[in-house]
Amino acid sequence: MTSATFPQAPARPRRWRALRWAVTDSLVLTWRSLARIVREPETLMDVTVQPVMFVLLFAFVFGGAIGLPGGGSYHEYLIGGMFGMGVAGSAPGTAVALVADMSEGIIDRFRSLPMSRAAVLIGRTGSDLLTQLIGALVIAVTGLAIGWQIHNGLGDALAGFGLALLFGYAFSWAGVCLGMVLRSVEAAQQLGFILFLPLTFISNAFVPTQGMPGWLQVVANWNPFSAVAAACRRLFGNPDPSALVHAWPMQHPELAVLGWSAVLLAVFAPLAVHLYARKSR
Amino acid sequence: MTVAEIPAIEAEGLIKKFGQAVALDGLDLRVQHGDIFGVLGPNGAGKTTAVRVLATLLRPEAGHARVLGADVVAQAGEVRRRIGLTGQYAALDNSLTGRANLVMIGRLSRLTRAEAWRRAGKLLDRFDLADAAGRAVKTYSGGMRRRLDLAASLIGRPEVLFLDEPTTGLDPQSRAVMWDIIRELAAAGTTLLLTTQYLDEADRLASQIAVIDGGRVIAEGTPDELKAKAGEDRVSVTPAPGSDAAAAVAAVSAHATGPVAVGAGGRLTAQVPARDGVTTDLVRALDLAGIRVTSIAVRRPSLDDVFLTLTGHGVAAGVGQPRAAAGSGETGQRLAGWDEDDGAGVAAPQGGEAA
Repeated sequence: MTSATFPQAPARPRRWRALRWAVTDSLVLTWRSLARIVREPETLMDVTVQPVMFVLLFAFVFGGAIGLPGGGSYHEYLIGGMFGMGVAGSAPGTAVALVADMSEGIIDRFRSLPMSRAAVLIGRTGSDLLTQLIGALVIAVTGLAIGWQIHNGLGDALAGFGLALLFGYAFSWAGVCLGMVLRSVEAAQQLGFILFLPLTFISNAFVPTQGMPGWLQVVANWNPFSAVAAACRRLFGNPDPSALVHAWPMQHPELAVLGWSAVLLAVFAPLAVHLYARKSR
Repeated sequence: MTVAEIPAIEAEGLIKKFGQAVALDGLDLRVQHGDIFGVLGPNGAGKTTAVRVLATLLRPEAGHARVLGADVVAQAGEVRRRIGLTGQYAALDNSLTGRANLVMIGRLSRLTRAEAWRRAGKLLDRFDLADAAGRAVKTYSGGMRRRLDLAASLIGRPEVLFLDEPTTGLDPQSRAVMWDIIRELAAAGTTLLLTTQYLDEADRLASQIAVIDGGRVIAEGTPDELKAKAGEDRVSVTPAPGSDAAAAVAAVSAHATGPVAVGAGGRLTAQVPARDGVTTDLVRALDLAGIRVTSIAVRRPSLDDVFLTLTGHGVAAGVGQPRAAAGSGETGQRLAGWDEDDGAGVAAPQGGEAA
């Protein structure tokens, strides 16, 4: 029954079979992450409690002091900004979970099995996508409660959700890479927070960039989180002061989100697989 | 070539370093099909590293190894399809239930969904875990966790099973259960390679033993062959309290082939020739010297003695501690004098911490 004693199967069916197994393995590991969430729902706080808290804080504490260039409701403005942060907010959790996996015995078990190597990472990001969907729905419901509305058609609104989730999925590969380079869960928690917070705040997610110093405006306007926020606002028909900004991503936010997502995936997905493979030896 | 002609496991000149530390220093192994092969050595001897190389988790710097004829580096996928590995610490998802762990690992071992569920149920029954199957693994006791871990290694029906210190940290009862399972597996035709630092474990389970120290094999053979290497019998005499210690030592020395060690409670130990009548000679000599004897025992050398003879660790220290510490042959007695961590470095939370 070994390949040493029998002639090898032709290359093409073999490759297809390998791909099919990689998909199966990834689905099994996605199921694993989801089963963990069912048993430990408190791990969902980063996409449930946290965004609600931010929405309420900004809507009722800071919101009254923030004026929008071009006018409009701050509550409506806020929800588009929350989409990027809320959806990508699962990435630090991804890093933490992978560091925990790597430092526990389970990863040795996976490595000793005849399974696809990338499945551990694909499975994790796959379950992230589902938690991100939950996060997006939580933000939408919270938004409806504070007066946010969709003014364009359902198609546009779904496109907004889709763009946010695409970006969130791409961004979770950055979380995977962070998880591959760090050694302790504590480091992942702290560094995740330290990196993630400025990244989301130096954008138009919560305040219009027009009030920032010139150099910071450039950073904020090119921040992918600004593009996600602007794209969502446009597609939902909410106030979008960044339409007045001349930076290219603010004029074409949907394209910018697609571009940023592609770049994140192209950089971090292969890097994550490389880092994971290197860790096994 | 038929399957029977290829050894189940063969390693030649394996070398693996971690920075400056040499974990494997030219390791050679040859394990036949259906054997229980014991790799015996103290912490840091390279046992875990050897298992991790053979199970494709580590790439050796030099040398090569084949499992069931497949190279562990070039044909790692083929090797993984046919082996099972149970490490020093349970390789499980603690948040999931016992059954969910087995089904997941079954699916990743290329079983169909129905087959994975069926095998999981069977293994849970067989390892006495059916009642706990629906509970999260983090609520399991150390012994239960080990059994589940072993079940996980078996779900894909491996032909070769690696067990890295399968009973370290277990209570005697859980250890006995583990031993039964291991014997059962071997009887069913699985080839087992188990590492241990428990001499009696290797003695009781293994048909073939390799003693390793400093990352290489320093002796190999059946338990009896190894014991023969240690040569003479050992005598242990405990004089009654208040006896003349010097006179007792002199009486034992007259029949011993080496120095007499004085241990705790005035217990004397020495090597004596393996011949009939040595016990009565000793008793007579002690009686003539006016020593009343509380207990006297003559025994064949244990694997502890073999180990000390082969490695020289502790033996030269002479009087008292090493011989007294090792060698009583009690279940689970560890080798004297080694407490450092194994070179492979992964911390091993040892069984006991049940929640």
